[in-house]
Amino acid sequence: MALTQHDIDQEIAAEHAAYEKRVADGGPVEHHPRRDYAPYRSSLLRHPKQPLVAIDVARDPELVELASPAFGERDITEIDNDLTRQHTGEPIGERITVSGRLLDRGGRPIRGQLIEIWQANSAGRYAHRREQHDAPLDPNFTGVGRTLTDDSGCYTFTTVQPGPYPWRQHLNAWRPAHIHFSLFGTAFTQRLVTQMYFPNDPLFPYDPIIQSVTDDAARQRLVATYDHSLSVPEFSMGYHWDIVLDGPNATWLEEGR
Amino acid sequence: MTKIDTSRPETVLPTPSHTVGPFYGHALPFPGGGDIAPVGHPDTIALQGYVLDGEGKPLPDAFVELWGPDPDGDLPQVDGSMRRDPAGGGFLGRNGVEFTGWGRIQTDVNGHWTARTLRPGARGQSAPYLSVCVFARGLLVHLFTRIYLPGDDAALAADPLLSQLPEARRDTLIARADGDGTYRFDIRLQGEGETVFLEFR
Repeated sequence: MALTQHDIDQEIAAEHAAYEKRVADGGPVEHHPRRDYAPYRSSLLRHPKQPLVAIDVARDPELVELASPAFGERDITEIDNDLTRQHTGEPIGERITVSGRLLDRGGRPIRGQLIEIWQANSAGRYAHRREQHDAPLDPNFTGVGRTLTDDSGCYTFTTVQPGPYPWRQHLNAWRPAHIHFSLFGTAFTQRLVTQMYFPNDPLFPYDPIIQSVTDDAARQRLVATYDHSLSVPEFSMGYHWDIVLDGPNATWLEEGR
Repeated sequence: MTKIDTSRPETVLPTPSHTVGPFYGHALPFPGGGDIAPVGHPDTIALQGYVLDGEGKPLPDAFVELWGPDPDGDLPQVDGSMRRDPAGGGFLGRNGVEFTGWGRIQTDVNGHWTARTLRPGARGQSAPYLSVCVFARGLLVHLFTRIYLPGDDAALAADPLLSQLPEARRDTLIARADGDGTYRFDIRLQGEGETVFLEFR
């Protein structure tokens, strides 16, 4: 029998309850998903079963992972952060401005680092050959952007509001609208790939990918805030999304944390 | 709320990780992503391997990032890994001279990846290694591992990570020499011969 949304809803609820119990029993807050989150079926064969081996970075400041690759003006072009200007015509959809800061765990800005984004078009279709959803492609929208953070750790993208889309994991499975983000910090340990969502999306409870973050407060940190001061008059709706990279970096060592 | 109040450290909590999903292929990989070694450099090594799931099936929708030092053990702070053409907007490729130390390689339809980089030099207390970060559909949080090269048994035996692992697990981190400066390194996400994955604290 085909897997239904009801089946997945029950699994999501069970995972959430199990997390609440772990915390009630004194377990730590889990900011990230567990890699073995069964409601997202693709995780089943793709997560390690052995525990990760811990490396205490304080023992060796020369670890390769405590430095990060560098990116610069050569690696981007001027309009890479404006996804509405990459073709001869304008993409269809509601224009949005997405802006925020890239921070480390100490709240310090991460300057001059690469942010890459990718997303579906306003109809919920990726410009990817293997994407089979029959919503229309937009010849004026590829849905790929890049930028470097400025001296305050700030970034800005201009794009169109992505549409939600079906993804066939189970009957009537829909992904809430989102923008994928790829981020580098000052240390390779801080590497992050994640997804930004939009406020009040009715699909949140049904989506096993956002629900893989079982901590309610952590999940909220994936949702951008509507910010009227970022909305551009006569042009776009503004969203604010700050990103905090996890993982130790050299600053931790200096502060003896 | 996603406006972080940096004046209150207790509110500076990490943004959760998510899977890269299946549809990053037109966004993240770039031409020459694995051609990390400067052209004709005498310390060039070639790496290849498969990314495999818990049933031993190769992943056609994974990518790896490699990050490592030059043969002297220095970590470059050189940009230009994904140089762009300001006129046409496409990729120019690396300039073939500078070494950035970093590359990104998507697995092909057979789950196979290849890279050419410089033989890493030693740093700190560790035997020489390349840092590897693995991303894939189905992987909710990326995975870190390391590629050590065989040959210097004394250095490998003294390495702080390798020396704490049982032998069978330790061997998952050491590439196999296939001759002519070519090395094989498979990444097994789960099951028999599961690769050792790392977390940094």
